[in-house]
Amino acid sequence: MDLYEYQAKDLFAAHGVPVLPGDVASTPEEARAIAERLAQTVVIKAQVKTGGRGKAGGVKLADDPAGAQEKAEAILGLDIKGHITRKVLVTVASDIAEEYYFSFLLDRTNRTFLAMASAEGGMEIEQLAVERPEALAKVPVDAIKGVDLATAKEIAAQAKIPAAVADQAAEVIVKLWETFVAEDATLVEVNPLVRDPQDKIIALDGKVTLDENAGFRHPAHADLVDQEAEDPLEAAAKAKDLNYVKLDGQVGIIGNGAGLVMSTLDVVAYAGEKHKGVKPANFLDIGGGASAEVMANGLHIILGDPDVKSVFVNVFGGITACDAVANGIVSALGILGDEATKPLVVRLDGNNVEEGRRILAEANHPLVTVVDTMDNAADKAAELAAAGV
Amino acid sequence: MAIFLTENSKVIVQGMTGSEGTKHTARMLKSGTNIVGGVNPRKAGTKVEIEGQSLPVFATVAEAIAETGADVSVIFVPPKFAKDAVLEAIDAEIGLAVVITEGIPVHDTAYFWAHAVATGNKTRIVGPNCPGLISPGKSNAGIIPADITGPGKIGLVSKSGTLTYQMMYELRDIGFSSAVGIGGDPIIGTTHIDALAAFEADPETELIVMIGEIGGDAEERAAAYIQANVTKPVVGYVAGFTAPEGKTMGHAGAIVSGSAGTAQAKKEALEAAGVKVGKTPSETAALARELYQARG
Repeated sequence: MDLYEYQAKDLFAAHGVPVLPGDVASTPEEARAIAERLAQTVVIKAQVKTGGRGKAGGVKLADDPAGAQEKAEAILGLDIKGHITRKVLVTVASDIAEEYYFSFLLDRTNRTFLAMASAEGGMEIEQLAVERPEALAKVPVDAIKGVDLATAKEIAAQAKIPAAVADQAAEVIVKLWETFVAEDATLVEVNPLVRDPQDKIIALDGKVTLDENAGFRHPAHADLVDQEAEDPLEAAAKAKDLNYVKLDGQVGIIGNGAGLVMSTLDVVAYAGEKHKGVKPANFLDIGGGASAEVMANGLHIILGDPDVKSVFVNVFGGITACDAVANGIVSALGILGDEATKPLVVRLDGNNVEEGRRILAEANHPLVTVVDTMDNAADKAAELAAAGV
Repeated sequence: MAIFLTENSKVIVQGMTGSEGTKHTARMLKSGTNIVGGVNPRKAGTKVEIEGQSLPVFATVAEAIAETGADVSVIFVPPKFAKDAVLEAIDAEIGLAVVITEGIPVHDTAYFWAHAVATGNKTRIVGPNCPGLISPGKSNAGIIPADITGPGKIGLVSKSGTLTYQMMYELRDIGFSSAVGIGGDPIIGTTHIDALAAFEADPETELIVMIGEIGGDAEERAAAYIQANVTKPVVGYVAGFTAPEGKTMGHAGAIVSGSAGTAQAKKEALEAAGVKVGKTPSETAALARELYQARG
């Protein structure tokens, strides 16, 4: 889960990383009230989970509360790369002497963590990595030893952080590591990490990604989910413990196993090339079990998507036999009743497939077409979706 | 031969007395796996009846090894306790630890992996979040259905469970030396490269099928490895061409971030290394069949 800047800074503050005072506002009036409280020049920052806010007009300075209200009014509702701004962070404006870059992240290749740091911050890190790779220090972090002050000093030195503030930067790096570990983050990024004219090191921005698998250790992380910004179908699926991602096509997809479902999306997209360019409408993995209840929940979500014109149920009977899956589909359609209105293409393979197909044939549901192979079934589902477009 | 898991493997199950553990222990026994016991400190000293066999429960992995000579542990322990279970297996220096558990925090996996490395890599870790591995007709460590196909000459390595089953099913008439599900998490123990190296060295394996998916650069690195080190024919498949950026597709590791981790980049890397890559699982199976029939 990616956090908003204000949420990231709240976590920073809780772990002793220096941030500037500020608060988040959903309305221009709230922004004004925060600016009144701070009683100095403030910066209004759009809270969106994407980069390039400054260029898009999502970051503005305001000298007084009236200005803060006016700027917040302009920023709230702003569309930044498809992200609508619903909140702004109102925070004290800082004078900047120098800008640095710092992050801790997962290093998948080396199966450990990595610290990335540079004395040349402020610009996009991807750009820095390409244009000035020698300016970006990459230091592997041992997951057991972690980052103590000595390691942090070494990272600061490799990043060529000026000596005058290197020790202070190292202390901040240790606190960022504490944030990374204590919150089960997979990314903690500060860009820029600034040195102000008084030589104080401050995290001026913050980007944090939390590991949802670690939710059991962090009940409070559930509150960080932005319910408002969530797709309603995704939220409904989550409530039913379904692994669902909304996409922008017309063929609803249900399958078992993440890899098979990803593969199903691809096969449907290929088939769609021959049928008016229809595309998969979603990712939905109902897991290995594929019980009737889970199947009904899955179908319910997909049929609730107005964009869906046909549904492709692609199940490989491994642990669960195909007859059980077929019974699941039949009872799911029974549970849904009149709610089931769109054609279903079913492909079953694997364990006890003949019995599974026999059950579906016997049920003879008017909406269901059984197709033998995944490729042919995808073609049929795309054809039916194209007919409904 | 087969890789990592043979007819001589002696298997214990950590978490055998839990519902998933019991269910899959029964399935493994049914497919001929030599299961010699389970581990659960709270039930140590008792026996559990599964599939007509009376299996001893030990307090620790070390004790299970001492008593039975076990060299493989299959781990079904829930995410909360998985880190300690894997650390215990590593400290007992078991040869192979197969971590089936889904949903382990990546900090925990990074920790036990670092511990395995720091203690000299005495334990091969497969997973986490994987279906395990099977050497058909010999042994089955995990949850891969054993009745899909039998022993044969194809070696299979895959990030995904159901795509493993699908591919085994498509090529069921040829059969497999071993099929290894390495898992879809961002940090995993055994990699595509580890399995490729083992299949290259395994005299029973004549053709290798490699299944990847979006996220990370494991497939790209495997491609470079194949070019330099693998003489056996390799057929590849990559899932997730249509996955949008920034959305996790089921597996914690299956996410495209920026230009990194796309299916297209992986396919191109594999093809540049001389690997034939199928567009769909069926096309991949057809390519594998063609190469298998054409082999010298």
